[in-house]
Amino acid sequence: MNKFDRRGFIKLAGLGGGVVFASSLSRGFGLNALGSVVDYANGKAQNDFYFVQLSDTHWGFAGPKVNPDAEGTLKKAVQAVNSLEVQPDFIVFTGDLTHTTDNVQVRKDRMSQFKDIVGGLKVPTVHFMAGEHDASLDRGDAYQEAFGKLNYTFDHKGVHFVVVDNVSDPGASVGESQLNWLKADLKQQKTDARIVVLTHRPLFDLYPDWDWATKDGTAVIDALMPHKNVTVFYGHIHQENHHMTGHIAHHSAKSLMFPLPAPGSVPKKAPVPWDASAPYKGLGLRSIEAGPKQAKYEIKELNVTGA
Amino acid sequence: MNHKKRILLTGVLLASAVVSGLLTYTRANAVPVERVIHITAKNFQFSPDSITLKKGEPVVFEISSGDRKHGFSLRAFGVRTDVLPGKVSRIRLTPDKTGKFTFSCDVFCGDGHEEMTGTVIVTE
Ligand SMILES: [Cu+2]
Ligand SMILES: [Fe+2]
Repeated sequence: MNKFDRRGFIKLAGLGGGVVFASSLSRGFGLNALGSVVDYANGKAQNDFYFVQLSDTHWGFAGPKVNPDAEGTLKKAVQAVNSLEVQPDFIVFTGDLTHTTDNVQVRKDRMSQFKDIVGGLKVPTVHFMAGEHDASLDRGDAYQEAFGKLNYTFDHKGVHFVVVDNVSDPGASVGESQLNWLKADLKQQKTDARIVVLTHRPLFDLYPDWDWATKDGTAVIDALMPHKNVTVFYGHIHQENHHMTGHIAHHSAKSLMFPLPAPGSVPKKAPVPWDASAPYKGLGLRSIEAGPKQAKYEIKELNVTGA
Repeated sequence: MNHKKRILLTGVLLASAVVSGLLTYTRANAVPVERVIHITAKNFQFSPDSITLKKGEPVVFEISSGDRKHGFSLRAFGVRTDVLPGKVSRIRLTPDKTGKFTFSCDVFCGDGHEEMTGTVIVTE
């Protein structure tokens, strides 16, 4: 087996001193890549836990020039995760689980096929999110039937995860009622709590002409701002992107179906064609390591007489 | 001033008041000469998908859908509208800058939505 190439990774800020490792499917399907994270998890750092993010699997997409292994890529990713020596605590799928279709029955079929495939993951805890492909044409009806709620929270080892839905509205808004729900939830959190937001579209204006924005994303970021320790993981743009809005880091993940060009780099947004000399190039998954909360030591100076 | 002259002066003043009043009336209700540009959104395409405008020339986009609900958004000028089948949506615009600007569908409409864009070119 090839030795893992550390240069292929990016070390990122966020998650309370945690580390994000992005790996690519093109290099041994990310097996070696993720393997190094396992090393890391085995004690090189005093980590809390790690989880894996997969995104934009677009199950049902067909386009041989874009991905001739459309039926196999997701299965390979499942294999890659299952082969990790130390299994992650959980897995998140940040939307566009299925490729959109007008046919309601086909939509439902794609969702159940997707569920069958990811049912092969060894990790028992998997959190799903919707993308506009899953949820925009029926306001999330089929999605909720298959996967449950569109927005929700969960807690894991001291980290508060908030799933924000910016896709069930075809106009890409989070909406007033969800915003109120978010604000009420954040109120329960201390300002220094470790918070991770999981969502599909970018919450900031990455490239609105390509629908790479959330209409009322600024309101979401404003609500998060008082919290000192917030990191956002999202999908939608089918490539890595790392961006700061104030102290909040936003990290987008690669797709597991087709890569998209860099924002504004071409006149029309269209999938990057398959490169036969570098299969699976631009596709991938990532593991995210949550570092421990920094220990605080209270120091009190005493003089020799003990006073 | 004799009587005859006074009548004449009053007449002139009156006439000019009427004329200027008429002018004001005409100006307030004048329909500016707007060029109408018809755009159809259908089958995940805008047609035309390239529109050339002149800086300072007022235009009105009349946008209709040939199939389903779409959106039309020209962000550089801060204008957008929903585009519904069986309805004409209007956007008035007088471009105040030159350049090449993208318009796009901003309501997710299905498989093809992603590529549903066009260009507005504004010349001097
Ligand atoms: Cu998306
Ligand atoms: Fe996607």
